[in-house]
Amino acid sequence: MTIDMSQFYEVFFDEAEELLAEAERLLLGINIANPDNEELNAIFRAAHSIKGGAATFGFMDMTEITHVLENLLDKIRKHEMALTAEHVDAFLAAKDVLKMELDGHRLATEVDEEQVADVKMMLKQLSEAGAVSAPVVAPVATAPTPQPAEPIVKESIETPTPDGMSCFNIVMPDITEKDVENLQEELGLLGDATVSKQADGRFVISLTTDSSQDDIVSICSFIVDPDDLVITLKSDSPVVGTSPAQEATSELAIAVETQVDTSNKVLVQEEVGYGLFEEEGKEKQEEGYGFFAPFQPHPDAVKSNLIGDDTALTLANSGTTSAQLATAVKAEVAATTASQDADRRNAGRREADKAPASAEASSIRVGVEKVDQLINLVGELVITQAMIEQRISMLDPVHNEALINSVGQLTRNTRDLQESVMSIRMMPMDFVFSRFPRMVRDLAAKLNKKVDFVTVGATTELDKGLIERIVDPLTHLVRNSVDHGIEIPENRRKAGKSESGTLTLSAAHKGGSIVIEVTDDGAGLNRDRILAKAQSNGLPVSENMTDGEVFSLIFAPGFSTAEVVTDVSGRGVGMDVVKRNITAMGGSVEIRSALGFGTTISIALPLTLAILDGMSVSLGDSVYVIPLNLIVETLQPRAEDIKTVTGEGRMVHVRGEYLPIIALHSLFNHKTDITDPTQGVLVLLESDGKKSALFVDRLVGQQQVVIKSLETNFKKIPGVSGATIMGDGSVALILDVAALIQMGQTTNYITGAASFSNQNNQHMQSNA
Amino acid sequence: MSTDNLVSSSKAKSAEGEYLTFVLGAEEYGLEILKVQEIRGYDAVTQIANTPEFIKGVVNLRGKIVPIVDLRIKFNLGKVEYNEFTVVIILNLHGRVVGIVVDGVSDVIALKEEQIRDVPSLVTSIDTKYIVGLATLDQRMLILVDIEQLMTSQEMALVDAVAA
Repeated sequence: MTIDMSQFYEVFFDEAEELLAEAERLLLGINIANPDNEELNAIFRAAHSIKGGAATFGFMDMTEITHVLENLLDKIRKHEMALTAEHVDAFLAAKDVLKMELDGHRLATEVDEEQVADVKMMLKQLSEAGAVSAPVVAPVATAPTPQPAEPIVKESIETPTPDGMSCFNIVMPDITEKDVENLQEELGLLGDATVSKQADGRFVISLTTDSSQDDIVSICSFIVDPDDLVITLKSDSPVVGTSPAQEATSELAIAVETQVDTSNKVLVQEEVGYGLFEEEGKEKQEEGYGFFAPFQPHPDAVKSNLIGDDTALTLANSGTTSAQLATAVKAEVAATTASQDADRRNAGRREADKAPASAEASSIRVGVEKVDQLINLVGELVITQAMIEQRISMLDPVHNEALINSVGQLTRNTRDLQESVMSIRMMPMDFVFSRFPRMVRDLAAKLNKKVDFVTVGATTELDKGLIERIVDPLTHLVRNSVDHGIEIPENRRKAGKSESGTLTLSAAHKGGSIVIEVTDDGAGLNRDRILAKAQSNGLPVSENMTDGEVFSLIFAPGFSTAEVVTDVSGRGVGMDVVKRNITAMGGSVEIRSALGFGTTISIALPLTLAILDGMSVSLGDSVYVIPLNLIVETLQPRAEDIKTVTGEGRMVHVRGEYLPIIALHSLFNHKTDITDPTQGVLVLLESDGKKSALFVDRLVGQQQVVIKSLETNFKKIPGVSGATIMGDGSVALILDVAALIQMGQTTNYITGAASFSNQNNQHMQSNA
Repeated sequence: MSTDNLVSSSKAKSAEGEYLTFVLGAEEYGLEILKVQEIRGYDAVTQIANTPEFIKGVVNLRGKIVPIVDLRIKFNLGKVEYNEFTVVIILNLHGRVVGIVVDGVSDVIALKEEQIRDVPSLVTSIDTKYIVGLATLDQRMLILVDIEQLMTSQEMALVDAVAA
C-alpha cells in the first residue's frame, strides 16, 4: 500500500505555517512570571501537531527540532521548570528555525544548518538544566502514580537489547480484523509483526523492530487514532498470545512494589544517566497529551496505567474482563490513582481537542482563483439582473405586477449574494498585524530600546489582495518607527517621557476606504532638517510649504538621509518605494508629525480592488466613470471664474485657488456639443496632492462598479485605468485620474507645471 | 525578397485546412476556422480615445471587455455602415479575444494545398505578408488572411508593444 504523500504536503505546509504563527502569537503574549496554563498547552499542542505532521511526511529535521522543543515545553507546562524570558527567546528562535525548515521543504529555500544546530543545542541545554531539578519535584507531585518507577524498568529493558532491536506490544482499539491485517502488513515492513487477540476482543500486534515508537505510531495513524493506541515495549522476545490480564497482574505487582521506594530509585535514575532525561521528558509530555500509555517503554508502569484507563473508560460498556477488574482493584493505590490520573488527563485532552476541532469544522480552505471566479460570476449576475430590471421598467406595471414583484425579489437576493461573495475575499487586518509584535520585539531588543506595541482595530476587514500587498510597506514603516522614531530610553527620560515608547498600529474604516496608521510617540520629524536636506538635494522647496508638504518630501526618491544625523536619520530610506506601492494599490499616504511628540503615518486604501465607488459622467454619447474617492467636488463654473494664461491654458478660480481645466473631450478627441465649461460640469479631482478640474458634459450618477481589465484582450489606454459594465450591458471606461492630470499638464501648459516637472518625469517613468 | 520568403514559409505552415469565408465590400476573404470563437451581430461599442479609426471600441461579451476592429476601414473596402446585417466575427487568438466587423459571413470551406496560389507582390493597405495565399472557388477569388499575425501586428495597435 503505497500512497503518494506529496499530494498531502501542501496541507501540511499550510497547517504547519498556521500553527507556527499561532505559537508565535501565544509566545509573544505570554506572561512570563505567571504563564497561563491554557496558553502553555496551546503552544505545546502546536509544537506537537507539527511534530506529528512532520514525522508522517518524513521531514525529519522538523521532527527533531519540535521534539526537543516539546520536551522543554512540557516541563514548563507541568511546572517542573519555571518559564523564563530565556525560554521564550529560545522558543521563538525554534519557531524561526522551523519556519526556515518549512520553507526549505516547501520552496526549496536555503536552510541554515548551523542555526538549526544552535537552536537545538540551546533547547537541549535549557531542557537539561531543568531536568536536574525535575526528578526532585516529580516524586512529590506524582508519587502515588507508578510513573517514577519508569527509570528502573527502563534499565532492565535497555540491558537485554543492546543492539537496538526492541519488541513492542501494540494494543489496537476496537477495529475490524481487516484493518488489523492491513496494519500487520504495514508494520511488517519495520520488522517482525505477529497478531494475537486479547481477552476483551481487542487485537494485539507484537512487533520486533529497530524502529522507534514514533515510526510505529506514524504508520498506525493511517488506520487508527494514535490516541487510542497502546504501545508497550517488551524486554524479551515477542510474546504471542499471552493473556494480557495475566501479564498485567504480574506487571502491576512490580509497579506497586517499585513504588514503595520511589524516591531512592529516582536518585538511581540520575546516577545511571542513560541519557534518558530527554526521553523521560518526551514520555511525560506525550502522556499528558493523552498518549500516556502508548509511548512508555516500561511494561509495568504502562500496564497499570493502561488498566486504570481501561477501567475508567470501559466500565460502562462492561467490556473489561473480570480478571482485569480484579487486578485493578488489587493494585489499590496504583490503579486508582492511575485511573483518576488518566481520567483527569483524558478530560483535559478532550477539552483541549474540542477547541481546535470546532475551529477546523467552521472554516474551509479554498483556492483564491475559485473565489475570484465566484466574484466574477456574481458580477455578471448583477449586471444581468440590472438589465432585466431595466427591461421590466418599460413594461406596464398593471399587467405585469407579479413579474415586477419577482424581479424586485431577485434584485434584493442578488444584492445580498454579491455582498456575501465579496466578503469572502475580506480578511481581518489581524492577518497583517500579527506579524509585527515579534518584529518590534526583536528590533527593540537589538536597538536597546523599550517599545510597547499596541494594535487597534485588528478585526477591520480588507480585501485579501490588498492585505498581501500592504505587508511590505507596513513592515517598512513599522521598522522605521522603531529604528528612527522612538528614542533610546535615556533620551526619552531626558525629554520627560516614559522610558518605553509606544508604537501603535491601527486600522479603521473611514468612508469607502480603510485607514491604516503607524503612530509612534518618538522624536517626530524635524521640518527644518528635511527642508535643508531637500534643498541640498535640489528638490523644489520653499519656506511657505505646509508641514504636510514638507513631510511628504521624505517620499521623494533618493531622499536618503543616511548622512543626516539623529532624529530624521534614515526616515527617507525606501520611503519612495512605500509610497509607490501604496499608490499602485490606489491608496494614499499622509504624514502627521510634531517635533518631540511623535509621528503618524497614515495610509488610506480602497476596501477592495475589484469594486470601485464611482461617479459616472457623460461626454457626448459616452459614459465615463471617475473613482469617487478622488473627486473633491463638482461645480458648474460662472463665466467670470474661467481665466486663461497666454490665451491658451484655461483655469478656474475656486475659493481662492486657480485650478487647471482639463477638457476631457479635447484630451480624448471626443465629439461633443458642449465645449464651453460654463455649459458643462467641472469635476475637481485631487491625486498625488495635485488638483485639477476635469471638464465633462454632465454628471450621470454615483454607483459601485466592478472593475474589468482592458488589457486582458486589448492594451493599456492612456488616461484609462480600466473598464466596467454598466447596468444596460454597455461598457464604460474608468478614468485614470493621476494620468489625466499628467496629460492635462503636458498639453495645457498650466502655471506651476515647471515646478512639478521633476515629479512629472518620475511619474512618467514609473508608468512606463 | 524577404516578403516572398515569409509568404512561402507561412503558406507551408498553415495553408491547408478549413476556412471561414467572409465578405468585405466586393472581395471575399477566408480565415482559419479554428481561430473563430463565435459570430454575432454588431452591438453598440464604447469608443476609446486616441485610437486609430478602425478600432471601433470595446464591447461587453458576457462580462469580458473585447475590442472591436472594423476590417472594412482597415482594408479601405466597401461602404462602412452598421445595420442589422453587419456581422462581428469573434476571434480567439491564444486566449486573447478580438472581434472583427465584416459585411457578411458566407461559408465554411475545406481547402487543399493545391487549391491555394501564391500572392504576387502588390501594394495594398495591408502588408502582403499577412496574406497566406489566394484560392479559387467557382470563379471567385478567395483571399486567405493569417488573422493571428494580422491582429497581433504592430499596425493594428491592438496589443501593447512587446517592449512595454
